Amino acid sequence: QVRLAVPVAVVFAPGSVPGDLPRPLPFRDVEEMEISVNVRTSVTSQYEMVYRGTTAQEEAALDAATAREADAALHPLQDSSLGSLTVYVVPETSSLLPQGISVYVGKHRSALVRAGGGLAALRMRLRQLTQVMSFTASSIASVLSDRVPDGQLGPDTRRHLKSSLGYEITFSLLNPDPKSHAVHWDIEDAVNRYVQPVLDKLSLVANFSVDSQILYYAVLGVTPRFDKESSSFLLSAHSLPHVINPVEARLGSSAASLYPVLNFLLYVPERSHSPLYIQDKDGAPVNTNAFHSPRWGGIMVYNVEAPASPQASLPLHVDVDMVRVMEVFLAQLRLLFGLSREELPPEFLLESPGNEGLADWELDRLLWAHTMENIATVSTTLTSLAQLLDKIGNIVIKDDVASEVYQAVASAQNAVAELAVGHLHLAFQASKKAVTSSERAFFDPSLLHLLYFPDDQKFAIYIPLFLPMAVPILLSLAKIVRETRQRKKEPTKMD
Amino acid sequence: GGMLAAAALLVLLAAGPGRADTGRDTLREELLLSPLPAGDVAATFQFRTRWDADLQRGAVSHYRLFPKALGRLVAALGVRELHLALTQGFWRTRTWGQPPLQAPAGAELWVWFQPTVTDVDKAWKELSNILSGIFCASLNFIDSTNTVTPTASFKPLGLANGTDHHLLRYAVLPREVVCTENLTPWKKLLPCGSKAGLAVLLKAERLFHSSYHSQAVHIRPVCRDASCLAVSWELRQTLTVVFDTFSSGQGKKDWSLFKMFSRTLTDACPLASESKVYVDISPKNKEKELLEVTPAPTSVLEAVVQGDKRTYAAYDLLSPSLFNTSRSLNVQLKWKRPQDSSELPTPILHAHRYVSGYGLQTGEISTLVYNTHPYRAFPVVLLETVPWYLRLYVHTLTIITKGKENKPSYIHYQPAQDRRRPHLLEMLIQLPANSVTKITIQFERALLKWTEYPPDPNHGFYISSSVLSALVPSVIAMKDVDVEQSPLFTSLFPSSDGSSYFVRLYTEPLLVNLPTPDFSMPYNVICLTCTVVAVCYGSFYNLLTRTFHMEEPSRGGLAKRLANVIRKFRGVPPL
Repeated sequence: QVRLAVPVAVVFAPGSVPGDLPRPLPFRDVEEMEISVNVRTSVTSQYEMVYRGTTAQEEAALDAATAREADAALHPLQDSSLGSLTVYVVPETSSLLPQGISVYVGKHRSALVRAGGGLAALRMRLRQLTQVMSFTASSIASVLSDRVPDGQLGPDTRRHLKSSLGYEITFSLLNPDPKSHAVHWDIEDAVNRYVQPVLDKLSLVANFSVDSQILYYAVLGVTPRFDKESSSFLLSAHSLPHVINPVEARLGSSAASLYPVLNFLLYVPERSHSPLYIQDKDGAPVNTNAFHSPRWGGIMVYNVEAPASPQASLPLHVDVDMVRVMEVFLAQLRLLFGLSREELPPEFLLESPGNEGLADWELDRLLWAHTMENIATVSTTLTSLAQLLDKIGNIVIKDDVASEVYQAVASAQNAVAELAVGHLHLAFQASKKAVTSSERAFFDPSLLHLLYFPDDQKFAIYIPLFLPMAVPILLSLAKIVRETRQRKKEPTKMD
Repeated sequence: GGMLAAAALLVLLAAGPGRADTGRDTLREELLLSPLPAGDVAATFQFRTRWDADLQRGAVSHYRLFPKALGRLVAALGVRELHLALTQGFWRTRTWGQPPLQAPAGAELWVWFQPTVTDVDKAWKELSNILSGIFCASLNFIDSTNTVTPTASFKPLGLANGTDHHLLRYAVLPREVVCTENLTPWKKLLPCGSKAGLAVLLKAERLFHSSYHSQAVHIRPVCRDASCLAVSWELRQTLTVVFDTFSSGQGKKDWSLFKMFSRTLTDACPLASESKVYVDISPKNKEKELLEVTPAPTSVLEAVVQGDKRTYAAYDLLSPSLFNTSRSLNVQLKWKRPQDSSELPTPILHAHRYVSGYGLQTGEISTLVYNTHPYRAFPVVLLETVPWYLRLYVHTLTIITKGKENKPSYIHYQPAQDRRRPHLLEMLIQLPANSVTKITIQFERALLKWTEYPPDPNHGFYISSSVLSALVPSVIAMKDVDVEQSPLFTSLFPSSDGSSYFVRLYTEPLLVNLPTPDFSMPYNVICLTCTVVAVCYGSFYNLLTRTFHMEEPSRGGLAKRLANVIRKFRGVPPL
């Protein structure tokens, strides 16, 4: 039974305290919510609310002109531990929030909420807000997806990458036609400018390594269709699944590490297939000219403008506009990590995360999900290890394997305990440790079931013994049967 | 939403530090076609990718022409130099002459690690496993039982500060079979793949229909320029194949690209800065030219290769005039008059090795090393790696030249340990002019445990080729040439001075039979014992379960009746 505790501080600015508060400020309150994954598993989320008034410093910070400034000023005053949230309730008439907006989510772990409508309405709003900023039932269910019965999950939930200790990000430029296009991309600079800040922020979650390569004569697996109207080539949505396979063979595996690879491909179509556009399901061109493949990466098609004069000398020198490319790749990266911003009610306003590419609370969301996923992975791994041991009775468990198993169980229990008291960071680290230990135990070379001689084959070897021994037994059995049958017949004969 | 946010952030970040210089990389490709004395044709492809960047620093992660898989390997495992060769067949030095690059049959891997690598054995194991994955070869079978650390035979070919041989590992898998599945990943490492340039000729169905096929990868650091202040990394991919055109061409020695590869060249790899085909048209025996190559070469150059002056017809695929007249290049060679193949020039250094003896207990390995130079003696380093299951008797080691004992000036012997490491024997032997040196050593065959036998143990066990490294005195003086400008096939081994050139030769691998048990014996024993037990059991069972009762004597059996008939004749009363 897993319990996720989220510490939430609700701070009332002067003039925003609802009239129907049950107790005078400050006071504590706990709100629980049950997330059921399947018949046997359910997760309880527990929001530990602390209601209080503002301090003088917070009051001063809330006097700022805009929400963004207030957010920046409030940041040093908050509890900055991972997973904790601070909500400031401002008076209904406050000019801090723009017109029509009643909830503003900042870059860090705080939000501003416009008061109004009494305690019930505030609670409702708080519930929505805390779910946006920590986890929702669907985000928890999606990380436990292998336990959820099929068909209950939306297509989006399978898009997210599995939790891992590290990821390798590979940017590949595919140039199938080096005779006509000499393509240059300044990937090093682009990575340093746009990708590295995001990865620095994500470094808490996993290790990342970034590299890039240029592949020549790498073609897509699908021949695009020529469209006369627009005199361009089109890749329809249903042919996209066939695009990746031939390319993948060229990408090269990450031989030196075991981490999953995220591939981002920039495809410069051949001159004879330019310009190339991707069509969505309805036949309309996709304006980014890119698509992504869940748990694999993304592909973007980068069209080269035809030269003004047809006699222009080949190869054509092309400098890739890295801003345009990275914009797409970063958005795909967020999608792959499950950081897409969900549909929100219109009165919500989310601050853009700035140059880190990721708000603090989005990082928390990722950590909540990954911690849960790690715990689930550990339990699955250990269960299958136990199943293997049940199947092969005489398997030898070495001491180091045993200690890894104990370590995994202890770390997993530790992670669950830390989650229940709301220490997200400690819980995440414990869950990472548990995953490492359990994988090491499970993949230990001494636990290969092929190393053990199956029992049924032992019987086969001793057939030369069993067969001749069975013959006299069977014969005498047959004799007994024959005799009893005769004995049964005999009385009727006497009659 | 996400897209907008990302857009905003990119706009914010419009200004930043300037780009760092990632380094220039160049690709040179060349094909050398040399008719061999016996009528075969050797084709040697060399693809060289040179990258003006230091892979070791770890900062490099953006690859262009250099393959990422190998670059990451070099950086991650602290590799200073890597040489991998996968070979099918044996280069017959005696009849084919000195090879541009020979490799032993099977797989050969030798690696120099950086001095910063603390656990060389672990890095070596990891490296061989990763290479095994990249090249689809069974290099993962490289372990301590076939790895040695030679002290004198393998020196770094690239830039090296020290030569502490503890950083070197060398292994050969003579049993490895090389085929298409190894060629495909090798081709994938080429920037142009097999889509353009010389690599279009690399079609598996032709390459493996040949007498000798050897593909190799060499990675080494080299000087960036003449001043040698910075390091560049060089990846050489070489592929040598020998076609028997004489027998496949109905006794004619004429050949063409199309006949050999069933393809012709149509263009150079657009990424290559140099793309050339060389044909060896050196006149034999100082006579007038016997060969005729069509089409006319773009240039003819003379080069001194392995101590011999040679003439090459060169075709520059990048020169626009080449493809002006015809759309494809099909180099053809015709012999003007039938050549007498009896007068083969024998190479100065060649060797021959065999195993002798009878029975399955002992045997003898003999190596014959020939120096055919008329007046100059030179030393040669001989490296023998023998698996532990052949127990070498070092006291039986004899080296005889011209009937007299030849004492090696340097011997390094590392005895084998059962199931742990092989024998390593390295010797520096002086070869007198015009001589044959015979090196013999006796061995005893060990008994293996029954699980240690490979599949098909009666085929025998391969003993890897021995390696001969020598500085062979050249017949004519060589002048110093700019390495960057000269053809690639002249420049892998460093030439020490003008008077000699470096040669590395491999002898034949040996096939030795070990006493093999009857592997069905355990099962036979089980069957036999079981049968005996079952028969005993059956009779006991019968004894215990059968009910005995007296039976009235009947008229008797056949024997009794027969006896009575005889008695009747004799007039004796019946029984």
